[in-house]
Amino acid sequence: MKKSKWSLLLTLVLVLSMFLAACSGGDKDNTSDSKGGEGEKATEKPNEPQVLNLVDSSEIPSMDSSQATDAVSFEVMNNVFEGLYRLDKDNQPTEGVAASHTVSEDGTVYTFKLNPDAKWSDGSQVVAKDFVYAWQKALHPDTLSEYAYIMGPVKNANAIQTDGDPLYGKVDQLGVKAVDDTTLEVTLEAPAPYFLGLTGFATFYPQKEEYVKKQGDKFSLEADTMIYNGPFVLSEWKHNEGWQYKKNDQYWDKDTVKLDEINVKIVKDVATGVNLYETGQVDSVGLNSEFVDQFEGNEDITKRGEATVFFLRINQKKEELKNVNIRKAIDMAYDKKSLVDVLLNNGSTPAYYLVPGEFTFSPEGNEDFRKTNGDFGKFDPKEAKKLWEKGLEEIGKKEVSIEFLNYDSDGAKKDGEYIKNQLEKNLPGLKVSIKAQPFKQKLELESNGEYDISYAGWGPDYQDPMTFIDMFVTDGAHNQMNYSNPKYDELVNNAKKETDVNKRWEMMLEAEKVLFEDQAISPIYQRGLTGLRKPYVKGTVNHLFGADTSYKWMYIEGKQK
Amino acid sequence: MLRYITQRILYMLLTLLVIATITFFLMKLLPGSPFNNQDKLTETQRYALNEKYGLNDPVPVQYINYITKLAQGDLGYTFQFDGRTVNSLIVNGMGPSATVGFEALLFGTIVGLLLGILAALRHNTFLDYGAMVIAVFGIAIPSFVFAGLLQYYIGVKLEWLPVAFWNGPEYHILPAFSLSVGVIATVARFMRTEMLEILGTDYILMARSKGVSKSSVIFKHSVRNSLIPIVTILGPMAIGLITGSLVIENIFAIPGIGEQFVKAIQVNDYPVIMGTTIFYSFLIVAIILIVDILYGIIDPRIRVAGGKS
Repeated sequence: MKKSKWSLLLTLVLVLSMFLAACSGGDKDNTSDSKGGEGEKATEKPNEPQVLNLVDSSEIPSMDSSQATDAVSFEVMNNVFEGLYRLDKDNQPTEGVAASHTVSEDGTVYTFKLNPDAKWSDGSQVVAKDFVYAWQKALHPDTLSEYAYIMGPVKNANAIQTDGDPLYGKVDQLGVKAVDDTTLEVTLEAPAPYFLGLTGFATFYPQKEEYVKKQGDKFSLEADTMIYNGPFVLSEWKHNEGWQYKKNDQYWDKDTVKLDEINVKIVKDVATGVNLYETGQVDSVGLNSEFVDQFEGNEDITKRGEATVFFLRINQKKEELKNVNIRKAIDMAYDKKSLVDVLLNNGSTPAYYLVPGEFTFSPEGNEDFRKTNGDFGKFDPKEAKKLWEKGLEEIGKKEVSIEFLNYDSDGAKKDGEYIKNQLEKNLPGLKVSIKAQPFKQKLELESNGEYDISYAGWGPDYQDPMTFIDMFVTDGAHNQMNYSNPKYDELVNNAKKETDVNKRWEMMLEAEKVLFEDQAISPIYQRGLTGLRKPYVKGTVNHLFGADTSYKWMYIEGKQK
Repeated sequence: MLRYITQRILYMLLTLLVIATITFFLMKLLPGSPFNNQDKLTETQRYALNEKYGLNDPVPVQYINYITKLAQGDLGYTFQFDGRTVNSLIVNGMGPSATVGFEALLFGTIVGLLLGILAALRHNTFLDYGAMVIAVFGIAIPSFVFAGLLQYYIGVKLEWLPVAFWNGPEYHILPAFSLSVGVIATVARFMRTEMLEILGTDYILMARSKGVSKSSVIFKHSVRNSLIPIVTILGPMAIGLITGSLVIENIFAIPGIGEQFVKAIQVNDYPVIMGTTIFYSFLIVAIILIVDILYGIIDPRIRVAGGKS
């Protein structure tokens, strides 16, 4: 009797405490939501230390905007430098150094008005000729940047890079002109509606010639041999160990910037990152699929899609793969959803398309390219078998063996085995032999066309469907699979010249359809990222191309209770 | 002795040249380009970049250019990090790597020697078995498993020591200890075997029967003579440790050089592949020389050349 009384009391206490816990949790969320949602928040500085602690996976390979090629460099630069425009919270171009711009009627001449308050961290004004200098430098044969091709849309950029062309190395012929200190005129090869977003890309950042020349060989190698014009400056850069950002006092929009300090340490091991996160030494960390399981259901978990698409290249150099029914059968014969849910388990989504979702939106109506064109194909082993048999009949064979070129990473190997098993199970008479190769070797074999099918990926260079769509034009540098369809080529080429943005959009939609009528590739998934982020880190802004994150709008709230 | 050393140094240089040559031509067989975004470059762009870095020249020409620069001590620029020389990469990375490696070596050798000596002196007792069990575990379990466990329990759960990073002395403890486990095990086993053998020799019996004290027998006669095989394995072990352990450095986020040995090959960073290989080879041949000289100091019987005259 006595005992049961106590247990009743205990139960009551427990239930009550659960309620209390739930309430307090709810309260916290409510307050932070309402605060975060209000516009006045932007100007009011929160009264707790605005320090963010992060990890990154590698040393910064380059801080010279005309040389950078990789995600880590792009991310750092996006936060310490600024181009004409930068991407905002919704991945739309917003004012950077440029305060406004006008476009000529044919869409090829952009005139930018620069903000006179835009300054370098040494106090001098960012002027139009800083852009001219940086752009010409990136293309000059002496500095020839590995990413110089990104400047392709600017008039003569391609000719200047091409050895043997009459314009080779003549950077003064590049379509960029400083009319006066605050007016920059850019001429494009052809209309490119995505050009504004592209001006936020590292290669298009300004550089101050006088300063660069003064630093000589040392320019951009240390934190104190650079000048900055972005929301932050690099206050410390310990090579191979980490770096530190401080708020830039000279930044024209410094009132928007709330974080005072960001500390980044280089951590290559995911488990180490997680351990640091658990001890509270870092505020955000990326996870791989092992850890995703472990943290499933954790409230700190964040998932987001990327604009990178993985797919099977189907090489039509191989006689059997020239048959469209065979290609269609291959695409239908493996279950992409299971692959994504079970093997990847990192926020990726199965792909039945080339142009990723949530990436580009129509000029009119702002509709997702993906939504308009929908999905092509689905997992259907029965239909696959039918098409397979039809295809075999057409080519007059009973058996086909193909070589599957794969990456040699652990993850890709599992994916490859899975695809092989499914294909062989669902397509009787098919033999798949996997050839896993180190990354660079794989690329080499691919560009030489020495494979039958291969596991490939593509990330965008600019925010426009064209960065995916134009990959497979006949003899294109990235085709690499002997695909050729005049109708598709024509659509792509016309779209590149088209001045009417709506017509252009239609052409790109059409081109993707043609590509899948031919089943030129077999898409697998659109990659996602999973990570952990402390709930007091607010205002995270992620991007789909170029830099991953903008810290400009981030702040800390609720860390101290 | 001096003539012997000069001769050895000349051989060393020759060895290094042979290694550099073989590595250079093997490396040129690696497919792909050293450019970071190879998958996005078109053929013309790649040609232009190759031209810029002299990679379109015939391989023998590239080899001669490289060796000429090497002779001047210039290892070139890395492809991975903009404007950084291979020399600076090695110099900066060696500091932390060598520090952790040296600490692990010192700690591991001392503890290993003690364990080995104790095990030999208390042969077939509980202490002996205990020491050997530790040694077997130390060899069987890879250092990164220890590192992971230590990091999680000491760093995350107990919060006694930092989880990772490279700041004050307290940051050295976990990585150095993780690395030293293998050293302890190896040294302890060698020492025990060697000690047991020597303790059973006639001259030890003789010394004891002469009335030499036990401690003197142990330290003057047995330990000193048992050190020879230890010195032999210590050399290569030291190089392995001070040139950095990829895994331990990654786990504890130490800015060492360990990763460069591996990564450079994966990304075709030609100058770094050459630079690290030559540097590593240099350390090995140098340490072999030092070990040979040390032999003579420990054991007069093998005093190499000068001893005879």
